[in-house]
Amino acid sequence: MIALALNFAFCCFGLALLFNLYRVIRAPVLTDRVLALDTMVINMIALLVLFGIKLGSGMNFEAALLFAMTGFVSTVAYCKFMLRGDIIE
Amino acid sequence: MASGVVAGKQGHSALTGLAFAPDKGRARTTGQPAATRTTAHNQNGNRPGMSLALIAALPFLGALLPGLMIRAGRTACAVSTGAVTALALLLLGLNAPAVLRGEVVQTRIEWLPQLGLNANFMLDGLGLLFAGLILGIGLLIILYARFYLAKADPMGQFYTYLMLFQGAMLGIVLSDNILLLLVFWELTSLSSFLLIGYWKHLPEGRQGARMALTVTGAGGLALIGGMLILGNIAGSYDLSVILTQKVAIQSSDWYLPALLLILLGCFTKSAQFPFHFWLPHAMAAPTPVSAYLHSATMVKAGLFLMARLWPVLAGTPEWFYIVATTGLVTMLLGAKIALFKHDLKALLAFSTVSQLGLITMLLGFGTKAAATVAVFHIINHATFKAALFMTAGIVDHEAHTRDIRRLGGLRVLMPVTFAIATLAALSMAGIPPLNGFLSKELMLEEAAHTVWWQNPWLVGVLATIGALFSVAYSFRFVAHVFLGPMRDDYPHRPHDPGFGLWAAPALLAGLVVLIGLAPMATAAWLVDAAAGAVTGAAVEVKISHWHGLEPAALWMSLAAIGGGLMLLGLFAPLSRLWEGTPRPEAKRIFDGLVEPLATLSRRITDALHDGAVTRYFAIATLAILAAGVWAFVSGTHQQGDHALTPVALVPAAGWALLMVTTCAIVALHRQRLLVLILVGVVGLMVSVGFAYLSAPDLALTQISVEVATVILLLLALNYLPKTTPAESGGARRLRDGVIATLAGLGAGGLIYALMTRDFAFDTIAAYHLANAKTEGGGTNVVNVILVDFRGYDTFGEITVLGIAALVIYALTESILRPGPANDRLRLWKAESQDAGDRHPLMLVVATRLILPLAIMVGVFIFLRGHNLPGGGFIAGLVVAIALVMQYMASGFEWTAARQKIDYHALIASGVLVAAATGIGAWFNGLPFMTSAYGYVTLWPLETFELATAALFDLGVFLTVLGAVMLSLASLSRIALRAGETVNLAPYDIDPAAGRTVKEEAR
Repeated sequence: MIALALNFAFCCFGLALLFNLYRVIRAPVLTDRVLALDTMVINMIALLVLFGIKLGSGMNFEAALLFAMTGFVSTVAYCKFMLRGDIIE
Repeated sequence: MASGVVAGKQGHSALTGLAFAPDKGRARTTGQPAATRTTAHNQNGNRPGMSLALIAALPFLGALLPGLMIRAGRTACAVSTGAVTALALLLLGLNAPAVLRGEVVQTRIEWLPQLGLNANFMLDGLGLLFAGLILGIGLLIILYARFYLAKADPMGQFYTYLMLFQGAMLGIVLSDNILLLLVFWELTSLSSFLLIGYWKHLPEGRQGARMALTVTGAGGLALIGGMLILGNIAGSYDLSVILTQKVAIQSSDWYLPALLLILLGCFTKSAQFPFHFWLPHAMAAPTPVSAYLHSATMVKAGLFLMARLWPVLAGTPEWFYIVATTGLVTMLLGAKIALFKHDLKALLAFSTVSQLGLITMLLGFGTKAAATVAVFHIINHATFKAALFMTAGIVDHEAHTRDIRRLGGLRVLMPVTFAIATLAALSMAGIPPLNGFLSKELMLEEAAHTVWWQNPWLVGVLATIGALFSVAYSFRFVAHVFLGPMRDDYPHRPHDPGFGLWAAPALLAGLVVLIGLAPMATAAWLVDAAAGAVTGAAVEVKISHWHGLEPAALWMSLAAIGGGLMLLGLFAPLSRLWEGTPRPEAKRIFDGLVEPLATLSRRITDALHDGAVTRYFAIATLAILAAGVWAFVSGTHQQGDHALTPVALVPAAGWALLMVTTCAIVALHRQRLLVLILVGVVGLMVSVGFAYLSAPDLALTQISVEVATVILLLLALNYLPKTTPAESGGARRLRDGVIATLAGLGAGGLIYALMTRDFAFDTIAAYHLANAKTEGGGTNVVNVILVDFRGYDTFGEITVLGIAALVIYALTESILRPGPANDRLRLWKAESQDAGDRHPLMLVVATRLILPLAIMVGVFIFLRGHNLPGGGFIAGLVVAIALVMQYMASGFEWTAARQKIDYHALIASGVLVAAATGIGAWFNGLPFMTSAYGYVTLWPLETFELATAALFDLGVFLTVLGAVMLSLASLSRIALRAGETVNLAPYDIDPAAGRTVKEEAR
């Protein structure tokens, strides 16, 4: 059962990644692309966790943790850049 | 052909007074069985002496002194320089007794034994003679230069160049390894370039220096080829071995190419015809340089090498015809030109060319007697030529001209200079009883006995003519400068200089007389030792003034003196004739040759190296591609036998992400911010790919690096155009696209081929896996590789990282200082719309919360890094990101005020900690960077491991943290200068007070 659920989840997040990709490549404004990249990071974290469950190893959770902790920093930086130009004022 | 070489030399020694004792097998002074130098190398007579390396190193060390000592005054500068030279001379003197006993002093230091390149030095008679000349005359030159150089000349620079040159020359004459000798050989070319071009404001000086460097440098290249061939034939690059291989070398097919290349090197260096033209142009140098280069060094290097290799190269018809003929032609040509030169130094320069030709000719005869005379004349020439140059310098110094036509009658005004110059010039002319007479007569005797192409008298007659011209120009030097009526139109009324200036030439003139009067006591022992080293047989020379009336040399000498005087008497009409005949102008020919070559090379360079990075990439990629295709087509290969793994859905999606994003980057690369976002996608994919492919360390590192990179690039992008202008046309883009596609397909194919088959060799991974725990004390192999197996690399890398950060800091600093870059920065206007808060409250609060968490994660990752994924590098990046978040949230100034640790200090302490850990291994008696570990139980904790590697990792952590922070901080400081305001509070709106916080303009 868990294998089936995992596979379903993998499919969903894989599909989500492709949608993110579409939004990164084609988007009305730059903000959409940044948000798509941010969502991509979140999807990646999910995939890493799922992958960890599949392998039964805790190693990937740490990677996921680090992604979560640092992934948003670049999003903030992009936003600050778009809003104000200088990211460290 | 061979018949012409029989120089008829074995049985006539009664005439010249030279006696050889090869069959006696006994050295003169001690009676020790050290008959030949070559065998002496294998006997117990060899003395190890570390001092040789020190002698060669001393001038280089001493070269550092003048630059410092010049601050203490010119005399202090000269004294300190002289002291170093004197010390080297003293060390040489300590070795002299052993060498004179027939021993060979050696110092062997392994440098790159795999290449046959070792810092091996040896000192035999020949080396002693030359080293003595280099240091002895060097000392006199230092004294002379102290008083010669004007106040405006940078004296510290001069002495530094001089010492560099002296060291290079000493290296040549003391080297036992020919590769080492080549290194010193090139060093003499370079340092003489600096010396000749010392007066940088004179175009002649610069051009002369360039010409000297071109000619001697080109010869040096040929010499490298010749020496490598020679070493290959002999099977060793050690001179002491090569010198024992005469038969093997002379019977080798490669003998002639080696000989030609080596002679090319020697002839260019020693200004032999047709390469003699650079020497007169080098006269633009200050006179002390000319005196040094022409008497004891530089041009003697070629002679030295010919003498050094004489035992293995000489004695063949090829050697005789090439060397002796070149020497003879050079001697005649140089002497003829010297007579008609009006510039004092040009006259002396061509006389040097002529005298060098004489010595080359003697070496070329290939007989032991002739080689001995050559050695004797090297000593004599060094003494009188150095003295002559110095007196010419004095005349120039005092009368402010070197033009002989404007001089004359100086004997009354400058009696001391006149006396010195006359003694030296008479010696050069070969007038008894001075030392020049002794060696010149011996030379004429040798020439008279030499058969050239079955012609028994040709060499003798030509040598006499050469001597005749040398008498003429020597007398002209005295007669037209010092004799004659006193004039009243000197550019400056001359008088004798102070003692300091004439002391050195006077000493040399004294030597000229001493050697001339008592050659057996003053010079014979040195000639014996040196000639013994050259010829490989014990030499016992007997030099005397009178050999009776029979020898041809006496009549040749008399003819030369008589003819020379007649020639001088006819100087005026002859000179008019000389001026009237057209001559090839060496400089014009040289420029005519060099100019097109320079144009050609410039054209080739410009074609390949036009400043466009795309072109470099295209050329490099095409070359690699061609090599790959060639290897693929010329080799044999089969289908790989590894089965392909099935493609899962998610990795396929990831692959699609990479491919699409990469293509999009190519298509959209002109929009810089967009590309940065797309690169973020690629970075994300690569990080996750690492995690998916079981490389958690790399995944952690990559994601941290991505974040730091984005921040850095955004900081820089703020001041850069947001779009890249289109610069290339469609055709070029198509070309680049095709090249890139081909290279990409090639790389992909190569990786495919590698992964579908077994590796040809075992990978190193197995070793690392097996030894990580036992040797490095950690189970995380990646970390153990970083801090232990390849700890040295990591040490280098963190050093480079630290340097890079400091460079970023320095560059920013230079922008922030007043200057053109700063002006542009002030004019810069932010193009973005200033929307929203500068320091949003939400962001400030979030980052404050994350800071302790992030630091804890960093510490955790650091501590467990040795056994599980993590380590100092990742920890450093994580902490750096946490700190940068504070900067982003509350602004630079506010955060910097609360940041107590200096980032420079952080970098320095990181590198120092890593270095100290590495050095710590020495105290355990282990090599640098060997790690140690042990287990500690500390209540109430469990038993844990302590490894020195962790300390090293701490160094990595500190350096990475410091470097990232310093570069980010440097870049963000630019904004301040651009006129931004500074906040005093952490956020813009204080909700408690319900008002906007004030800002301060800066």
